[in-house]
Amino acid sequence: MKITLNGDEREVREGMTLDGLLGEIGLREPMVATEVNLEIVVRAERAGRMLKDGDRVEVVSFVGGG
Amino acid sequence: MMGFTEDQIHRYARHLVLREIGGVGQRKLLDARVLIVGAGGLGCPAALYLAAAGAGRISIADHDAVAVENLQRQILYGSADVGRPKAETAAAALRRNNPDVIVEPLAVRVTAAGARALVKGRSLVVEGTDDPETKFAVNDACVAEGVPFVIGGVVRWSGQLMAVLPGKTACYRCVFENPPVTPAETCEAAGVLGPAAGAVGTLMAVEACKILLGKGEPLAGRMRVIDFLAGTSRDIAWKRRPGCPACGAAK
Repeated sequence: MKITLNGDEREVREGMTLDGLLGEIGLREPMVATEVNLEIVVRAERAGRMLKDGDRVEVVSFVGGG
Repeated sequence: MMGFTEDQIHRYARHLVLREIGGVGQRKLLDARVLIVGAGGLGCPAALYLAAAGAGRISIADHDAVAVENLQRQILYGSADVGRPKAETAAAALRRNNPDVIVEPLAVRVTAAGARALVKGRSLVVEGTDDPETKFAVNDACVAEGVPFVIGGVVRWSGQLMAVLPGKTACYRCVFENPPVTPAETCEAAGVLGPAAGAVGTLMAVEACKILLGKGEPLAGRMRVIDFLAGTSRDIAWKRRPGCPACGAAK
């Protein structure tokens, strides 16, 4: 199935979770923010969040420097 | 003209001719009470532009002293300032730029314990520290006091910023939940391009002006994420999170 990740189309396998996707792209880090279809998904809910065809996923790393 | 002095009419001439500012807007800026948290890579340019713009009262909080490694990006300081307290040195630089502005240096580290008293009564807060605990403390305090704020970060060649209109748009805690359990990547460890910090700090000042003026579309409810190396930027829209412990309905 196809999702949109940070604005770009991406092929992911059926049954992929949001947490699985973070692992795949090397961003399974504590300080990333995620949303699916404009709804924020908190850390605790990512492993249980199944992705669906057409989902629009945004992943943003915390940038704390100043 | 709206009680401006001769000097002010000349100093703010380029604002006064702008349709979205004019005399009414410049008066709003002059009446503003702004707190800048962190006088570093983001706080320096943000503070300098806000002072130059005539943001009338500026408090600038930083507990640190100027280090020689700061000079590559913290443009309020020169070589002679190394070792001096940042808040006081920054305040002197802002006064030099614009004697019209009342500047208050605050040599404090802003923490959860003191943040609320510091932000109370401000028109706007600018958060640009490299301290995650401070970032969340400022978020929570501003949300509790209903003070709009602009928050940002920069490291390597990347930056991000967003504005928060408490009760109306997603807050920092809606997005990032909690300060990192392991230390976040710092400019000290990972490096940072000096002008990238300048660009993000300057964008924060732009957003601050828009909010103070009540003009345009504030960068609230969305975050601008900039990759200076790739030369790209994206805006990510965030909706408020109902379970957010800072601003959510389930408080």
